[in-house]
Amino acid sequence: MSSLHLPALLVVVPLLSAPLCALLPGRLSWFVAVVVSLATLAITWAVHDRVLAEGVISYMIGNWPSPLGIEYRIDEANAFVLLLVAGVGAVVALWGRESVAAEVGRRQERWYWTMYLLALAGLLGVTITGDAFNVFVFLEISSLASYVLIGFGRDRRALTAAYQYLIMGTIGATFFVIGVGLLYTMTGTLNMADLAARLPLVEETRPVHAAFAFLVVGISLKLALFPLHLWLPNAYAYAPSVTTAFLSATATKVAVYMFLRFFLSIFGGAELFELLALPDILLVLSLAAIFAASTVAIFQSDVKRMLAYSSVAQIGYITLGIGIGTRLALTGGIVHLFNHAVMKGALFLLLGGIAYRIGNVTLDRLAGLGRRMPVTTAGIVIAGLSLVGTPGTVGFVSKWYLAQGALERGWWWLVALIVVGSLLPVVYLGRVIEAAYFRPAPADSALHEATPQMLVTAWILVVACVWFGLDTSLTVDVASRAAEALWRGQ
Amino acid sequence: MEVLANINQWVTIFLMVAGLYIVVARGNMVKKLIGLGVFQTSVYLLYISPGKIIGGTAPIISPDFTVYSNPLPHVLILTAIVVGVATLAVGLALVVRINEAYDSIEEDEIYAQEHDA
Repeated sequence: MSSLHLPALLVVVPLLSAPLCALLPGRLSWFVAVVVSLATLAITWAVHDRVLAEGVISYMIGNWPSPLGIEYRIDEANAFVLLLVAGVGAVVALWGRESVAAEVGRRQERWYWTMYLLALAGLLGVTITGDAFNVFVFLEISSLASYVLIGFGRDRRALTAAYQYLIMGTIGATFFVIGVGLLYTMTGTLNMADLAARLPLVEETRPVHAAFAFLVVGISLKLALFPLHLWLPNAYAYAPSVTTAFLSATATKVAVYMFLRFFLSIFGGAELFELLALPDILLVLSLAAIFAASTVAIFQSDVKRMLAYSSVAQIGYITLGIGIGTRLALTGGIVHLFNHAVMKGALFLLLGGIAYRIGNVTLDRLAGLGRRMPVTTAGIVIAGLSLVGTPGTVGFVSKWYLAQGALERGWWWLVALIVVGSLLPVVYLGRVIEAAYFRPAPADSALHEATPQMLVTAWILVVACVWFGLDTSLTVDVASRAAEALWRGQ
Repeated sequence: MEVLANINQWVTIFLMVAGLYIVVARGNMVKKLIGLGVFQTSVYLLYISPGKIIGGTAPIISPDFTVYSNPLPHVLILTAIVVGVATLAVGLALVVRINEAYDSIEEDEIYAQEHDA
């Protein structure tokens, strides 16, 4: 009986515990956040298992039948994304106790965890819902919470970064809602499955084309598709470490999922998708993201900022999978969505550990860190190798599938570009490793490792980088089923 | 009068473009938020105006009426208004904090402070 209501609980539990967090003293609020995020993870796990066993779950909110009421609809694709979001949410929350206390301050700790849970609830909501307008509502819940999460940063530039993100994010969300409104005017429905069924009848009308354009721009702003990524580097660089790790691993990934859901499932992967040249545009923009953002990353001296630019580039790989437009490439894109979340989560958590000890993480201050914080730097090396795409790590798996997808199309030049693009991280991560291992440490520094709690939780993600690189049965199988679910369009 | 027949659409588009223009063209952070508000308001009109049927009544079933207006857009926009208010509140709160930190809410002045220092 109670397991029937798991899809609703998934969103309701974090949403309702958020105000509870605000009422508790700081220490306890962290504890509540951890318990809730672990509970959410357990629920997603159960939901995911049920989807794999029984197929698509359709849950009617308040028992109102589907085209009228709001439907939560979970298939292989969003079950996978839900698992990712809840998993990263739980690990980051476990990691964050000392870091938040240090960077945000004891007095505001409880507000921080309140916003954290709201962001988590919003992201899960966007992923789980089968109603186009409901997506907008949850999107705004998560976005508003994440503006605050960024504004908590110690540096005053965090405030301007949060403001910038607020402006760009709201424009993106409003574009999205304009698109949904036009679709609603044309079809009279907001239910995604219903939209997918009715859209072909009005496909060739101007409002639908306009809706398509608004949705593309709106969602691309949210997922930081090059050149709409301008909000991202500052937001990630100046936000508290926990925020950066959490948002980089989840927020953009959920936006990518929205993109897939709207353009593959709702617009049916159909003629319109091809007609308006979206795959070609995506292909060009993704390649531009991979090369331009990686090149900018090379010249950054603030390591967090460097990795933020690297995120833009990695998002390029995910959208590349959509742009190539074969099922194998799409599988690669979805696997990379997972893989990038794992490795960037690991990197940002490890950096957060360094920031906990030394403050701002610039290349100069990393000198000699390999000897002072050996476990942390070793983790950075492994996650970094994964970012490059070394065989045996997750980064390799996704690029392998992307390259295979390109080969299916016979695009040798693209395979070459993917390989060359993978070499750019060698340069910027090389700078980090050079500083950490080959430069002498300042004589007077009394640095030592981050706290055991931080190390253990961050290393969960580092181990995942290797684990899922060697044993691809979970990620690739699920991703290929997810790709299939999206491809057949519901 | 083709143009007047779609007056609500024209107003929607005017508000949309004007709001977006303010966001892009103004450097004052409060004015930007006002622009954002106008931009969001245009969406309210976009949703509500197609829902109204001329001569239609509120959707309360009664033998006297046969034509009803669609109530759903109103409900959706009620939600969107709440979202808009929340966004404005968070935005203004951020502007207050920015003013405390930089003693200015002009983007170019803040930029100058960051890059000269």
